[in-house]
Amino acid sequence: MKTVYLDNNATTQVAPEVLEAMLPYFHDFYGNPSSMHSFGGQVAKKLGEAREQAAALIGALPDEIVFTSCGTESDNAAIRSALATHPERRHIVTSRVEHPAIRSLCANLAGQGCRITELPVDKSGLLDMEQFEKSLTPDTAVVSLMWANNETGVVFPVEKAAELAHERGIPFHTDAVQSTGKIPLDMKKNTIDMLSISGHKLHAPKGIGILYVRRGTRFAPFMIGGHQEKGRRGGTENTPSIIGLGKACELAARNLEAENRRVKRLRDKLETALLGLIPQSRVNGDLVQRLPNTTNISFEYVEGEAILLLMNEYGICASSGSACTSGSLQPSHVLRAMGVPFTMAHGSIRFSLSVYNTEEEIDFVIEKLPVIIERLRGMSPFWTSVAQACATS
Amino acid sequence: MWEYTDKVREHFLNPRNVGEVEGADGVAEVGSIACGDALKLSFKLDENKRIKEARFKTFGCASAIASSSALTEMIKGMTVEEAMKVTNQDIAAYLGGLPQEKMHCSVMGKEALEKAIANYLGAPAKEPGAQIICECFGVTDREIERAVRENNLATVEEVTNYTKAGGGCGNCHDAIRQIVERVRAEAKPAMRPKMTTIQKIRMIEEALEREIRPSLKHDGGDIELIDVVGNRVLVAVRGACAVCKASDITLKHFVEAKLRDLVSPDLTIEEVAP
Repeated sequence: MKTVYLDNNATTQVAPEVLEAMLPYFHDFYGNPSSMHSFGGQVAKKLGEAREQAAALIGALPDEIVFTSCGTESDNAAIRSALATHPERRHIVTSRVEHPAIRSLCANLAGQGCRITELPVDKSGLLDMEQFEKSLTPDTAVVSLMWANNETGVVFPVEKAAELAHERGIPFHTDAVQSTGKIPLDMKKNTIDMLSISGHKLHAPKGIGILYVRRGTRFAPFMIGGHQEKGRRGGTENTPSIIGLGKACELAARNLEAENRRVKRLRDKLETALLGLIPQSRVNGDLVQRLPNTTNISFEYVEGEAILLLMNEYGICASSGSACTSGSLQPSHVLRAMGVPFTMAHGSIRFSLSVYNTEEEIDFVIEKLPVIIERLRGMSPFWTSVAQACATS
Repeated sequence: MWEYTDKVREHFLNPRNVGEVEGADGVAEVGSIACGDALKLSFKLDENKRIKEARFKTFGCASAIASSSALTEMIKGMTVEEAMKVTNQDIAAYLGGLPQEKMHCSVMGKEALEKAIANYLGAPAKEPGAQIICECFGVTDREIERAVRENNLATVEEVTNYTKAGGGCGNCHDAIRQIVERVRAEAKPAMRPKMTTIQKIRMIEEALEREIRPSLKHDGGDIELIDVVGNRVLVAVRGACAVCKASDITLKHFVEAKLRDLVSPDLTIEEVAP
């Protein structure tokens, strides 16, 4: 059975060009970039190139790029550094819809005496900027707001938020794991201090990430060890993955236009068709302030895990914000923060596309999904009463 | 992804008895859309007072749909008295087991059955004096007490897996802990629900097939269940295992440990001549 992969916000396929770039650095050029011999030195040179490729994608300087092991490490390093370099401040401003890498970290820090403000979002998943401004205090050590939401694709105005934070001398971090490579990002045009990137969300392998640290930002390392990454992240470099991520950044820069044109068109086609074919369905999150590859659709009166498993029978991969898939008993914290009603939240499905998706794949999903939803609604006790109510009114 | 048994998958993909019985003798609805799963069960008796037809409508995940389907199959042909004795454990066993976090699906089936029978008998649906403990999921002290008693639960987390109580805001965790302690203190001896030998064999076979055989086969070995006597599981080893010096270690440390984990902690494994 052919796999139709529409779960690219979870992880992506390693691009063939990326794999090809990495392969020589496992077995042939395995030298340690810190070594004095030219066998290691040639790898160090390659790392330099990767650093330049990554910097170019986000309009940064190469020495502002710190390679880490993943997005979660980058987030941890950023927040902990801000706290360590501002020991007199113990307040963190963040939002209710952040990724667990930030949410759980903040919950943990709250247990260690930090005060956390989790900003609410409206029903479209957008921030109230006035409320954001009011939350900033002289005690605020750092603001961390995600650039784009992993579940809904909703984009926050982080560049504006960074300016407001800076007016008050507060460092600003953003988790840009979902937005990097999907929307234009230019660090020369904003004042964001720290920014997290994950390799496997943009067709590089898992286990590699970036923390961007703007020149002049006070920084205390999270991983303490050797002098790698100019002392900002100890540990021998993951050379093949860094080289792969460099290549992936180069490809992402090249594909950015296709992402916003072709991928967006396929996403819009899928969304419009499903909403048209399936009654009582709706999109979660703002339709405009949104990534071009993501749509989060709720199908009322059916449960997400059941939808996913029936889609799985056709080889279609997606995600759900339902309780049954989250491992907890409550639906996704993002949908709850947006006030999505329970009848909708349990039946939410996130489709996230990539440049590798084709028109045929989207047509296949458009053909299968209405059948799946109808089948599950046929079993749902709530759907019967709704259908009856509609018939009698 | 959840580790569902083939039986769960099969009942989810081909659910039996979906719908509502016309002119039902007993009907019940449990759960709610807010909680993430709900089940409407209806049944009709024949002239001999046996369940002739049972149907369900379920909103929920794959294991909720499979549990409902299994329940309707199980109770067909039973008298009301027999059906009353069906436990959530029976539903889970019928499906070859459910993941711990999904046991509440079998409990929902049991609750619907009980309520539908009460409806048939004309008895009050809610137990008198029951008090809501978990506000998020509307679970009462009676429901928690029964789940603890029938499933030998020991922790708040287990109660959440079986009843959903405590799975939301977490404010009721202390109250749940007190109920667990009280029920366990009241019923110290013989707490573990008795499994029938048939159930035990079925679960052992399922565990062997799903969890154990694939690993043994990977090394060219195999295992066969010969008999179950009380808690003694008699097996014969086959293939590479039959000539392997380490096979008794495999049996004790892998097979027995797995069966204790998946079926019952009292099991011991014994190798018999084939």
